[in-house]
Amino acid sequence: MTGRDGKKGVGLLKGLSITLTSMTRRSITEQYPDVQPELPPRSRGVIALLEENCTSCMLCARECPDWCIYIDSHKEVIPAPEEGGRERTRNVLDRFAIDFSLCMYCGICIEACPFDALFWSPEFEYAEFDIRNMTHEKERLGQWMQTVPPPPALDPSAAESKEVLGVRKKAAAKAPPTEQGDES
Amino acid sequence: MSEVLEAALRLIVVFAAFLTLPLLVGQLEHKVMAHMQSRMGPMYAGGFHGWAQLVADGVKFAQKEEVVPAAADRTVFRLAPALALIPYFVAMVAIPIGPGLVGRDIDAGIFFVLAVMGVGVIGTLMAGWASANKYSLLGAVRQVSQLMAYELPFVLAAASVAMAAGSLGFTDIVDAWEPWWLIWQLPAAVVFFVAGLAELNRPPFDMPVADAEIIFGPYTEYTGLRFALFLLAEYAGIVLLCFLTSVLFLGGWHGPFVDSWVWTFAKAGVLAFVVVWLRVSYPRMRADQLQKLAWQILIPVALAQLLLTGVVTVAW
Amino acid sequence: MTEERVVSTGDGVVATDMVLNIGPQHPATHGVLRLRLVLDGERIVSAEPVIGYMHRGAEKLFEVRDYRQIIMLANRHDWLSAFSNELGVVLAVERMLGMEVPERAVWARTLLAELNRLLNHLMFLGSYPLEVGAITPVFYAFREREAIQEVMEEISGGRMHFMFNRVGGLKEDLPNGWTNRVRTAMAGVRDRLPQLENLVFGNEIFAARTQGVGVLSKEQVLQYGLSGPIARASGIDMDLRRDEPYLAYGELQDVLRVVTRTEGDCYARFEVLREQVHVSMDLVDACLERLEQLPQGPINQRLPKVLKAPEGYTYAWTENPLGLNGYFLVSHGEKTPHRLKLRSASFNNVQVLGEMLPGQLVADMVSILGSMFFVVGDVDK
Repeated sequence: MTGRDGKKGVGLLKGLSITLTSMTRRSITEQYPDVQPELPPRSRGVIALLEENCTSCMLCARECPDWCIYIDSHKEVIPAPEEGGRERTRNVLDRFAIDFSLCMYCGICIEACPFDALFWSPEFEYAEFDIRNMTHEKERLGQWMQTVPPPPALDPSAAESKEVLGVRKKAAAKAPPTEQGDES
Repeated sequence: MSEVLEAALRLIVVFAAFLTLPLLVGQLEHKVMAHMQSRMGPMYAGGFHGWAQLVADGVKFAQKEEVVPAAADRTVFRLAPALALIPYFVAMVAIPIGPGLVGRDIDAGIFFVLAVMGVGVIGTLMAGWASANKYSLLGAVRQVSQLMAYELPFVLAAASVAMAAGSLGFTDIVDAWEPWWLIWQLPAAVVFFVAGLAELNRPPFDMPVADAEIIFGPYTEYTGLRFALFLLAEYAGIVLLCFLTSVLFLGGWHGPFVDSWVWTFAKAGVLAFVVVWLRVSYPRMRADQLQKLAWQILIPVALAQLLLTGVVTVAW
Repeated sequence: MTEERVVSTGDGVVATDMVLNIGPQHPATHGVLRLRLVLDGERIVSAEPVIGYMHRGAEKLFEVRDYRQIIMLANRHDWLSAFSNELGVVLAVERMLGMEVPERAVWARTLLAELNRLLNHLMFLGSYPLEVGAITPVFYAFREREAIQEVMEEISGGRMHFMFNRVGGLKEDLPNGWTNRVRTAMAGVRDRLPQLENLVFGNEIFAARTQGVGVLSKEQVLQYGLSGPIARASGIDMDLRRDEPYLAYGELQDVLRVVTRTEGDCYARFEVLREQVHVSMDLVDACLERLEQLPQGPINQRLPKVLKAPEGYTYAWTENPLGLNGYFLVSHGEKTPHRLKLRSASFNNVQVLGEMLPGQLVADMVSILGSMFFVVGDVDK
């Protein structure tokens, strides 16, 4: 079907009929500001920070391909809980900011975080008139946490992650050997 | 005194139509085009389905800065939009839309309108030349060479119907018109309409303003109100072409039940829809392909039609 | 066809040559390509593509990024084939590591690569008619793109820069029910695509604008190293998916058809694109079927904390939507590559313009330029 040397005029009429039938069909426009789009949970809209989980280990800032994460922290000494015990030090997060005007939305920081402190949220309405306001400090990043959806269920043939398998194994070891493979 | 008053009144009415009808066509284009492309078109301006979009556009254009390129020929550059627009207004004065409903009934109406419409191209040429922009120049030259293609079939097709009616006046032509002319004069009608599209730079004959090639042709350097005037000229041209075609070939205000100006408007409206429809459906021709179309198809068809009309009128 | 005499303004008129810059900002270059044309009237005397307006130093940036970060950068040079671009990088690294990729990942990658090809081709199926003045096909094409874009977003979270490949597999497993949604999307596209096709193919004006225009000979294709749909439209029967199968293409040989044409004109190039869309849809269906039959298993490999490719070099090339895309990876055994040379399809494809354009009209220049199917980011890297 090369389409060359067709009958003259047929193509022209066909074109007219296609556009005319399209006109009678419903248009597919999404009425965006009036109707919010439904975004899948994996949508990479904005990065949310769960501050309690952050240990200011700097892994995310170091792994970021364009270094748009700023972290300041200081060490705090926690006095020994009882007489004669050892003093402990703990990192206190002073500043955690992501400059979304630089961010390339690759998600490496979220993957790199060993303590599950960063999450993707599909929220995308945070355009600003001033580029400086695109730097979200930890308070703003924390607010995005409310918009983080639970991850989608996986395909039935997906392998279970090591973490889940580990928990299962432990549960199976604790439980009597007759019951196995049930949901924990 | 009353004659002067009446003439003034008629001119005012024509002027009002000249300002509003192109907007209606523009809005029709917005909406029809959008739905043919499974979009919705403007939805906000004015509240109901964006009916006031073109008014809003006009306000926007009026607020814009008037930029004249440094190297431009300032006087010519500024004068060009007027020269493109006024001929259409003048031509519109002579077109009747109902019995007695005409700005000014002219005996040689066809002759007058075709002559005046031809002036518009000078405005485009002036714009293209005075802009001091290579794209504008290319567009203007394309426009002028396009004249070679459409003007002759345009006139020949109009001549055929004038010959059939035995008159150059629009009212006489409509009076002489009978429904079977629809079939008999169909080739002339098609040639006239196609040539008219070429005159107006409407797709598929929009190579003088081809956006993907030469930005916007002669109008590239225009901004603000002057740009809006060029756009208005284009849409006024569509209005004019649709009314001309319906008056010359479709019987004007003749219609079933009762003869009324409503029929003229309905016919012109359908034609305007076709103009938009063609734009949505077709790609753009190349300049030489239009010449080929004109000289190999349109002109021979128009001549054959002229011959047929001549034979039939003499034999009748 | 009879010899056609093409008349244009300026022919035969003695005039000085005009230099016309098409771009870097021009509607026909969709990006910042610049063509320096010398015109005689409307006929092009000489043409010189001036590139580099969007040079971002991708290759140099690769050298100071680890392999995960390179994926992020690599999917950006040709922004219409992000997934395929990522693929070359991870294939190269996996080959260096001698890493075996889980079977489910192989099939899912094949599926996503074909979906990406569909996205890319539909883009050009819409934008090319726009260049020759047909304003409607682009909306139909984007409607289909949106259906595919939706499933891509669901699995990867991105609409353009999917960032879904990882060394050793994919980032995450498929969401539940995703394969069914892909199938629905494919059915929808199959159902509506004829609208787009009938509006463009078979239209006499479109045919007149593209048939016999911008003919590329087989020799020119070979001389300039063109590849992909453009080369195949000139009769070069080459497709890495068949000739050097990577991913799961080896097992898809009965589904995969290599589309070729012999005319080598704009119409042929466009037609190859259109037919490749159908081939890709068949491949997607085949992949889906296979993916659902595969036993439960992982979709990626556990990677060490610090991923280092062993010392050595390799060249991994893939059949990207626009042509051959190759990565030459030289590693000194560090976290970052010593050198990662990128061979992008558009870069080669654009070079031939200097030879194709002279003698053509400005109007034809636009139809030729559009039919060369390039992405400026892919040219400038």
